[in-house]
Amino acid sequence: MALKTPLYDSHVERDGRIVEFAGYLMPVTFEGIVAEHETVRTKVGLFDVSHMGEIFITGPGAVDFADYAVTNSVARLDEGQICYTVCCNEKGHVLDDLLVYRFSDERVLFVVNAVNVEKIFEHLLSIAPDGLKIRDLTSGIGQIAVQGPAARDLLVSDPFFSRLAAGIKELEYYRFFTFEHEGAEILLSRTGYTGELGYEIYLPAKMAKQVWDGLLDGGGECGAAPIGLGARDTLRFEPGYCLYGHELDEDTSPLEAGLSWVVKLGKDDFVGREALAGEKEEKPARKLIGIEVTGKGIPRQGFAVHHDGETVGKVTSGTFSPTLKKPLAMALVKRAVPKKAEGITIDIRGRAASAVRTPLPFYKGSVND
Amino acid sequence: MVPEECTYTKEHEWVYHEGGVVVIGISEYAATELGDIVYIELPESGSNIKQMDPIGTIEAVKTVAELFSPVSGEIIEVNEAIIEHPEIVNRDPFEEGWFIKIKMTDPGELDNLFSFEEYSEFLGEQED
Repeated sequence: MALKTPLYDSHVERDGRIVEFAGYLMPVTFEGIVAEHETVRTKVGLFDVSHMGEIFITGPGAVDFADYAVTNSVARLDEGQICYTVCCNEKGHVLDDLLVYRFSDERVLFVVNAVNVEKIFEHLLSIAPDGLKIRDLTSGIGQIAVQGPAARDLLVSDPFFSRLAAGIKELEYYRFFTFEHEGAEILLSRTGYTGELGYEIYLPAKMAKQVWDGLLDGGGECGAAPIGLGARDTLRFEPGYCLYGHELDEDTSPLEAGLSWVVKLGKDDFVGREALAGEKEEKPARKLIGIEVTGKGIPRQGFAVHHDGETVGKVTSGTFSPTLKKPLAMALVKRAVPKKAEGITIDIRGRAASAVRTPLPFYKGSVND
Repeated sequence: MVPEECTYTKEHEWVYHEGGVVVIGISEYAATELGDIVYIELPESGSNIKQMDPIGTIEAVKTVAELFSPVSGEIIEVNEAIIEHPEIVNRDPFEEGWFIKIKMTDPGELDNLFSFEEYSEFLGEQED
């Protein structure tokens, strides 16, 4: 049976169109994907991301273990700092992409994709040393993403968050702080998945609806609106963010997917290091590129990419970009495809649609404002 | 076109018949289900088609749908406006958002389509 997030009732009250995603009943759209997309690009939107998994690692050596489990450097993070990273298997292929929050030397949070919570939890248990506590606290935690150029204005004007206004205004990208409310810990981080200025709030499930409704119902001046999973996908696509199951999976290495910046081969040993070092030496077989379709049709995941009459790869994500108003795709292709590739086509239901390479990201938003 | 005066296919196309010519579009249900339509492809006018031949592609942000002709005949006009502005179909699927006009060769093909009442019932079953 599908699970409900703590905000499910609010989505139904607000006429969200509900679908099952990763085992949860989630809103795919409210007002329409394009309208919601524009809300986040120009004002501020609220996302229920309570389906994301929260795995806490606590005890002596928590940071060292986290550093061993993922490819980016957790050891180099400050307390209150976050990194984006991937968690690989020994083959150097991606089990999941995630955020790592460093509270202290002995307390670390992994925020993982809903589809991968159990897999990552089991994987961590299998490689963890004795004495560390690894807990999946997903079901007790609600998560709300507040994204868009007016995200900060919305939070500091909200009665619940206004007491934290100074901290919110100072909070830098990929940093977080926690505060107490009625004896519970609430976490606020400057993170997101849209390319815009944004924050994510982690709070006890039972408090989530009150905070969510407060932000939405009091956020009229900022133009706040709820956003479904449909726009979440188009919003992450334009800034070129990877999505597990599309750009990343257990057949793909982070080096292929353009994530070499999160693979720190110079740090202490980590799972997948040997394979990734070897792959880097020999150069990855594939690379992730951006493509604009200049011919007819819209590229979709799985469509074949051809270059000079040869199949060179496939589309990992594709849509009609609501902001740039053109059909765009990310694709994993053979490394040999040249930068200025002409003569690219995408097989759109049996017809060759002409296309050109275009740099990633497609779009840069207000994320650093 | 008035929804009550159209007949319908299982694929949620509406068909309006007058004097041997049919106008075809997609129902409001289909337009809503697809979501924001961003790209539409239609055949050339003048081409001859058979019943169930593909007569168009509709791409929304997240999905794609093929349109199949409920009748045989000659395509006498396509709606160029919706190729330029696909969002018209979401806004006004029964009037401005029509797709294609076909001069029928076999009006008997219309007999298998749903009446408005039958289509409404069919939609009710879809939602159950």
